[in-house]
Amino acid sequence: MSSNVSDFKTRATEKAGDLRHRSVIRTALRSYEIVRDKRKAAFQSWESARQAAAETKWEAVNHLDKHLEALTAKLEARGTKVHWASTGAQAREIIAQILRDKKARSIIKSKAMTSEEIHLNDALEKEGFTVVESDLGEFIVQLRHEPPYHIVFPSMHLTRGEIKDLFLKELGDAPSDSPEELTMVARRVMRQKYITADVGFTGANFAIAETGMISITENEGNARITAALPKTMITLMGIEKVLPRFSDLALFLPMLATAGAGQPMTCYNTMYSGPRQPGEVDGPEEWHVVLLDNRRTELLADAEQRDALHCIRCGACLNVCPIFRNVGGHTYGTTYSGPVGAVITPHLRGLQEWKHLSNASSLCGACTEACPVKIDLHHHLLQNRRNASASQPSFFEKLAYQVFGIVANEPAFWSLAKKIGWLTQPLQRAIKGSALDPAKAWTKTRDLPPQPRESFKDWWSNRK
Amino acid sequence: MSERNNILGRIREALKVSAPLPGLHGDTASAHRSTESPASHAREWLPSVGASSEEQVALFAKNAADLKADFQLFASRDELIIALIKLRDTEKWSRVASHGGGLTNFANKALGLPVTLTDHGYNVQEMEQCDAGITECDALIAQTGGVVVTSRSAGGRALSVLPPHHVVIAQRGQLVSDLPTAFANLQSKYAPDFPSMISFITGPSRTGDIERILVLGAHGPKKLTILCF
Ligand code: SF4
Repeated sequence: MSSNVSDFKTRATEKAGDLRHRSVIRTALRSYEIVRDKRKAAFQSWESARQAAAETKWEAVNHLDKHLEALTAKLEARGTKVHWASTGAQAREIIAQILRDKKARSIIKSKAMTSEEIHLNDALEKEGFTVVESDLGEFIVQLRHEPPYHIVFPSMHLTRGEIKDLFLKELGDAPSDSPEELTMVARRVMRQKYITADVGFTGANFAIAETGMISITENEGNARITAALPKTMITLMGIEKVLPRFSDLALFLPMLATAGAGQPMTCYNTMYSGPRQPGEVDGPEEWHVVLLDNRRTELLADAEQRDALHCIRCGACLNVCPIFRNVGGHTYGTTYSGPVGAVITPHLRGLQEWKHLSNASSLCGACTEACPVKIDLHHHLLQNRRNASASQPSFFEKLAYQVFGIVANEPAFWSLAKKIGWLTQPLQRAIKGSALDPAKAWTKTRDLPPQPRESFKDWWSNRK
Repeated sequence: MSERNNILGRIREALKVSAPLPGLHGDTASAHRSTESPASHAREWLPSVGASSEEQVALFAKNAADLKADFQLFASRDELIIALIKLRDTEKWSRVASHGGGLTNFANKALGLPVTLTDHGYNVQEMEQCDAGITECDALIAQTGGVVVTSRSAGGRALSVLPPHHVVIAQRGQLVSDLPTAFANLQSKYAPDFPSMISFITGPSRTGDIERILVLGAHGPKKLTILCF
């Protein structure tokens, strides 16, 4: 437990002082807010749209059993095989078994945060399968053997120079550091991989209960090709991804694009309702959809924070979070970082082990404001703090507040404490931030304002 | 089967306690719940589209240009053919991929190039070598500047993403105003027997994964041309 906390602190301190990191992230996000605000302003009523999106997700999540049953029945009716996995281990085994049955060797993947969540690539590679990420950002971080930095922009922490060096080293091909040419290198590498892959793997952005469809949002076209060429297709999705109706997408697709990247619509929004159907010319012969719980039902059981399951993973709350911008995505040490990661990770991976993330917030509320489905993010951070200290109170914190309670309740103690405080000021200044200072974690980087000789209360009673 | 029951069981158990109404920060007093679907008024909140069909054509053209798609509107089919042939010559196409259809047939004939037709299956390597993929579409959407294709009406799943240039041949009557209309039309046209793939294509393939700088043609087509008459 303590290692999660101390790792977080070490990385956060390091990144917060890393000016290069700060300028890369600032460059990457500079235009985001401008274009997003422009797209938001194009809506006739972004606020009404948000409220409707929140209500739609509420309806979906609060009748999740019904919607999942309808979705499954529709998918199966058209020949899709639906699998259910309670844990990450079960999901990995289901997927590995499909690959073994198909005698598959190579898998082409489009972006899926759920697969990061269950560490799928590692597990499959250990079994000898070749896994290639086709999304450019994911491909870059895969070559670097690191997790995605951001749930939507996986490689936003890297400069073109670093990507050029990476491509030279790993692919032996990088004509220059122009983003255009580097993208074309990845395009060429990927083309033959799509054609020769045995299995295509995708995530899911939405699942439509009414029509039995999985909707995938992407800009590059890699998911489109992944779902077109290989003979077998596997889709992994969290159970919370459902929307009740086909027509709900008319609202959610533009909202996801606007909140996530300031686009009117993401380039490809594609709804799949089955493997290749009779009379169709291409598409996979088999399609497997794996529904993943992985402790989402525990979050569901917390009615107060259930709306965290409304998340459509747009990344807006990360983009606007002052903590995320300063400490960066990798510091969190979690699949889902930023405000939403800080809210859900304690539910998915243990409150005591991950409670420190709820303190990685200034409670400014920028996340809540940015969220297109109106999740009460910063209140949930407070609730996580409350729950963590209720279930495992800190002895010193309790003691400190008890002493404070006694002192603050007794005017004589209070004025004594004020005097002591004033008298010991020079001492405090002398040891400030050093090993002797009991409050050094706080005072190392902060100044305590000087305490005046006369307090307001004294001044008030002395005035005449 | 058993994991299915386990998961559904946990969901039902969890849902026994109801959650506060959404988006009101626990303020249930101002919540009003109606029986219609919350998103049924989406049209009133999404970006406005103008009333007349001229306005909507103009909006489509503007949105398509913003997306760096090439939209050309013609008075007649013959004019469209002239533009298509010009495209063939300037881009020096030597082979195209397409599918049979009322609009594509005459286009392919006029081009006079070898065509990889997808209708009865196709060779993937051959399609990958084609200079352009020529398809029909289900709709053009004024609100977004995008097109809707399906596995049934646009030659399958790969044709609109594998060749480096996607050319859509459309008719003016296929232009719809907004996203809610596009979804409603798809539903009335196909439900319950939907094509296995329905794709809303909004501009040519793109990425911003390197320093958030826009690059076209990440994996799908670098160019999207919409020819309409
Ligand atoms: S919590 Fe809201 S803002 Fe954050 S990623 Fe999810 S939907 Fe987007």
